[in-house]
Amino acid sequence: MITKRIIPCLDVRDGQVVKGVNFGGLRQVASPVELAEYYSRCGADELVFYDITASSDGRKLFTDILRETAKNVFIPLTVGGGINTVDDFDRVLKCGADKVSVNSGAIRNPALIGEAAKLYGDQCAVLSVDVKRVDGELRVYAKGGRENTGLDAIEWIKRGVDSGAGEIVLNSIDTDGVKGGFDLPMLEAVCNVVSVPVIASGGAGNIADFITLFKTLPKVDAGLAASIFHFGEVEIADLKQEMKKNGIPARV
Amino acid sequence: MTAIIDYGVGNLFSLVSSFEKIGEKAVITADPAVLEQAERIILPGVGAFKDAADKLNASGLVPALFAQIEKGKPVMGICLGMQLLFDKSFEYGEHDGLGLISGEIRPIADRVSDLKIPHMGWNALTFEHGKHPLFNYINEGDCVYFVHSFCAVNCETDRIAWSEYGADITAAVAKGNVMGCQFHPEKSGDVGLAILRAFCEMKEGSTC
Repeated sequence: MITKRIIPCLDVRDGQVVKGVNFGGLRQVASPVELAEYYSRCGADELVFYDITASSDGRKLFTDILRETAKNVFIPLTVGGGINTVDDFDRVLKCGADKVSVNSGAIRNPALIGEAAKLYGDQCAVLSVDVKRVDGELRVYAKGGRENTGLDAIEWIKRGVDSGAGEIVLNSIDTDGVKGGFDLPMLEAVCNVVSVPVIASGGAGNIADFITLFKTLPKVDAGLAASIFHFGEVEIADLKQEMKKNGIPARV
Repeated sequence: MTAIIDYGVGNLFSLVSSFEKIGEKAVITADPAVLEQAERIILPGVGAFKDAADKLNASGLVPALFAQIEKGKPVMGICLGMQLLFDKSFEYGEHDGLGLISGEIRPIADRVSDLKIPHMGWNALTFEHGKHPLFNYINEGDCVYFVHSFCAVNCETDRIAWSEYGADITAAVAKGNVMGCQFHPEKSGDVGLAILRAFCEMKEGSTC
């Protein structure tokens, strides 16, 4: 049986992880390569590198780091941030990325997902969506959650899958950072309309939140989180054990 | 030295890196002379079967590959590279493969109705016909990373491992010195590296 994936997400700016990670309170590690190796050893099933660099110098640093990571870490790597063209896909895939996640780039150019899926395969094109409730409606936000596009989230996601997105990352702005659990109603609404894997993002505060996620919504394929892993609030090895104990298929 | 056949399909960065990680030299090549020098050969592949089969045929490397297999050199196909070893594929039509392993490639969707396609993620291996030397350093139940929408069927004789995904999905095959993995050892963490290590220890003419 296929296992549920646990995915740490690292924000990278100018070649460094934005918030350093505490290893047992001993030291701060900001090297993405070192962190990726650490997470891989801990049992992470996949890694997301999110490039929040603004400058082109920083972009070069990012691909250098990606290449270095892919030389040392042998689990799937997904890259997001600043992906606006098929050339951007090409740039990161050549450096060892396995999947490429598109968010604002797909809003600016809705044809991007389809073009990339055709060139590199559906499994490679990930549609990442930031969604917030506005007057009870699920709306797509752009620019890191700052701008309401007015797009209906369910329609947008269906359209993305129809054009070739092989996976959906659903980030709920409503639960993000609150650490009160994943946004189960929003995830359910999305799972009901798509046939590709759905990755839940936003809201995980502890191990129980992951257990509730996979127990309540068996159609969700993976859980993604950042700070709770970085700050050691949830150890991936413990999380996997607890999943197993609860009858959730996990790679341990 | 391991030769990785370059016929213009897919990205070989991680594959080369995984061999480097286990201390083995890997060379990406489209040169029959390098295949001759190599101790073992990898046939990689991602994408669509017909496109890959056409490119492999156009590369002119098939006779050289067959000559090396004839000599008993260990050869491993990975993902679509494994599928190419079979008689034929029914991915968008009917297309001939290399015919090195009996069986054919069919849509996973023909066998599974309510699961997501592609079969993507980490799944556990169940061994078949005992424990093949490729698995010398891993255990039954270890997980490997899959990404595929088509799978090998009617190949029970040569099947050495499968994974459960609504049906028994062929994970690895072996017939003498010709082997294939549907999953990606170069993306399967330590388990994947251990499989590559076992492959690198096989000698010409000495595989089971």
